[in-house]
Amino acid sequence: MKVLVAVKRVVDYKVQIRVKSDNSGVETQNVKMSVNPPDENAIEEAVKLKEQGLADEIISVSIGDDKSQDVLRTSMAMGIDRSILVKSQNTLEPLAVAKTLKIIIDKEKPDLVLMGKQAIDDDSNQTGQILSALLNWPQGCFISNLKIENNKVFISREIDEGIENLETSLPAVLTCDLRLNTPRFASLPNIMKAKKKPLETIDIDTLGIDTSSKIKTLKVIEPPKRKAGIMVNDVKELVQKLKYEAKVI
Amino acid sequence: MSVLVVAEHDNKNLKSSTLNTISAAEKLSEDIHLLILGNKIEDLAKSSKSIQLVKKVIICDHEKLENQIPELSSPIISNLAENYSHILAPSSTFGKNLLPRVSAQLDVTQISDIISIESQDTFIRPIYAGNAISYVQTDQKINLMTVRPTSFEKCEETGGDATLENITFIDSEVKTTFVSREVSKSDRPELGNARVVVSGGRGLENSDNFKLLYDLADKLNAAVGASRAAVDSGYIGNEYQVGQTGKMVAPELYIAVGISGAIQHLAGMKESKVIVAINKDLEAPIFNIADYGLSSDLFQAIPEIIKELDLLNQIES
Repeated sequence: MKVLVAVKRVVDYKVQIRVKSDNSGVETQNVKMSVNPPDENAIEEAVKLKEQGLADEIISVSIGDDKSQDVLRTSMAMGIDRSILVKSQNTLEPLAVAKTLKIIIDKEKPDLVLMGKQAIDDDSNQTGQILSALLNWPQGCFISNLKIENNKVFISREIDEGIENLETSLPAVLTCDLRLNTPRFASLPNIMKAKKKPLETIDIDTLGIDTSSKIKTLKVIEPPKRKAGIMVNDVKELVQKLKYEAKVI
Repeated sequence: MSVLVVAEHDNKNLKSSTLNTISAAEKLSEDIHLLILGNKIEDLAKSSKSIQLVKKVIICDHEKLENQIPELSSPIISNLAENYSHILAPSSTFGKNLLPRVSAQLDVTQISDIISIESQDTFIRPIYAGNAISYVQTDQKINLMTVRPTSFEKCEETGGDATLENITFIDSEVKTTFVSREVSKSDRPELGNARVVVSGGRGLENSDNFKLLYDLADKLNAAVGASRAAVDSGYIGNEYQVGQTGKMVAPELYIAVGISGAIQHLAGMKESKVIVAINKDLEAPIFNIADYGLSSDLFQAIPEIIKELDLLNQIES
């Protein structure tokens, strides 16, 4: 089995983001960037499938500028065999991302595609679902458990009501929840080894797809700030405040 | 033009997220159609006809639609799309799972999780876990959007007299079969919809201690929530998680107990009207956004709060 993992480079989840002063977007220059957290779970799951002998080749793909090589090297340090960077100067919308991934998938012919359930920058939560529809492959979203046996795929999905268990088959597109596994840290020797693993670069303009933006961002602003509240001294004061000042109990 | 709202339901009742989404649709058109895809939904269709804002209820009733497999339901929505300027679904796990497939089928870009409708083509949505707010505009032939339920009021469920239309089920070849659903049963209000939410974090230390929170929640007729740390530690199920990758809530009162307040958690609750934080650690970032902070050991504070509430009730009765 061959597994393809889609990886996005995003502002690190610990960074307090800043809106640009001209309100054109969020500052990403000179900010710590990392692998999108649930994409790390996708990488980890692929590496586990290889360790279990279920996958024989695991590859990662990212779309972005040259700097996205970082996240692909990280994925290879975690155990991915080789990577593909689709070079694009522009930020792509989920539909364009999925179309780009589909072209790579048509060429690479993986049996399983894994990715995070959402990117923590744009928070769209769309790409896996779109890709599944474009490929006409089964879709499994927000998974927190995966078992593959005799070409059968058993998944548990995290839904608002609890957990949903589904059975499906390969090939499939699965999007990963943070609870699917615990991503490993790349060891220093593995980081060194990853530098020698193959990283292919493809220019997005050579793919012949429309990647133009359909959505125009008019402005990006900071959310309204909450006013700082007060500290109460004890439980009695708290309950009194809630009852007679805030009037919420 | 008409607006189509895709209903979230359990084949018996509409989820309240559907009522919030209908209110959002009202900002776009007076001709709102509600699409219900499900199994044995005759009664549900009948009751939905009385929703005041809905002009037409469209149902597709088929046993294969029982479990909301998106590979089956998305082509039905796409088939209806040409009649509508906008198609809306709640940005619950139901809507998130479903609507992007319609985006693929119609070749239009979906706008996720909108919190405000400025005009027919301009919408507001949070990005970066709500740490930035983006105003977006589109001139696509059809606008596909998921709607954050807590940003719109619930619409009235009565007073309307919508027409009813049955549409034929179109089968699609689907390789996925439903196995089971593990749903926690609770008499408490729904988390996304409760007037009061009591949430616990890692400070609770184990699942047994969550009983303390349940007691407090029951006193306040509140829903129970949790931080990701508490869910990851196995104290409570994933369906209780509040935050960027969990549920968004905006109750009148949110009580955060033993929650430090990572930005990913704040993303899910900072729209609450009144926020109370109870935490031993005075440095916890949750205090920066709390209206009322109490720096105290929660294992003492929670029983005391319950006692105080009982006292208040006695005085009143």
